[in-house]
Amino acid sequence: MLLIQCPYCGLRPELEFAYAGQAHVARPADPSATTPDQWTEFLYLRDNTRGIHAERWRHVRGCARFFNALRDTTTDQFLATYRAGESMPVLQQAGQKP
Amino acid sequence: MVDAALRRIVSLPTAAWLDSPVPAARFILRGAAATRAAAGQGFGLSLPETACRATTDGNRAALWLGPDEQLLLAPDGEAELIEASLARALQGHAYSLVDVSHRQVGIGLHGPRAEWLLQSQCPLPLNLRDFPAGMCTRTVFGKAEIVLWRPAEQVFRLEVWRSFATYVVELLCEIDRESVA
Repeated sequence: MLLIQCPYCGLRPELEFAYAGQAHVARPADPSATTPDQWTEFLYLRDNTRGIHAERWRHVRGCARFFNALRDTTTDQFLATYRAGESMPVLQQAGQKP
Repeated sequence: MVDAALRRIVSLPTAAWLDSPVPAARFILRGAAATRAAAGQGFGLSLPETACRATTDGNRAALWLGPDEQLLLAPDGEAELIEASLARALQGHAYSLVDVSHRQVGIGLHGPRAEWLLQSQCPLPLNLRDFPAGMCTRTVFGKAEIVLWRPAEQVFRLEVWRSFATYVVELLCEIDRESVA
């Protein structure tokens, strides 16, 4: 079973987690000032990365907290997990655990 | 006061390693560190700050569920008392305190087979090194979400949402029957 490092609980089975989409998608500070295109981009358009992808996960059947993860979409390997609100960790080398 | 009929859940099977469910007062407390410290005073028991650990004092217990979420357990009938004393202790704090006494059922397991029975449907390693006495966490058992707490090496307590209780207990009993046969 795939194990995921929860920033609060430690190494836990994948079964307890839920995927929650791309991370670091910032909501426009003033939505009424955005153009429809900008709003569409915020609302619907996401990256379709081949390789390292920053994404949100939720330890829904554990501490129930959201956190962010860097995952390689080609290998399904988790390279790093970090708490929501923290900045993305810099990986020393692509494909290597920091 | 909630009517006693509300507490009556569908009858659960019995087994030597299974304790019959005992009604309890249960609360979910949400709040930051300062709130937890104040709540500990009101509850008469310092709340756990370490992830996935529980603290107990007499017949009261506080279980860490998340960084700002605690499950408070106390004997049945103390709910109003606890609510009042916590409201006093938490005056001026930002917090949420929800009485979940009747939302879930407390299931006790004990004996040398308890760990093995739970392990059959729980994805977490439940050996004493990875899941020592005093540890608690929300996790899954089969298809149901449970709160699992190990007060002592051979004693487990499950907090299961009421509608899942029959499923969880019958599954445990079925595993028990199959492994004996």
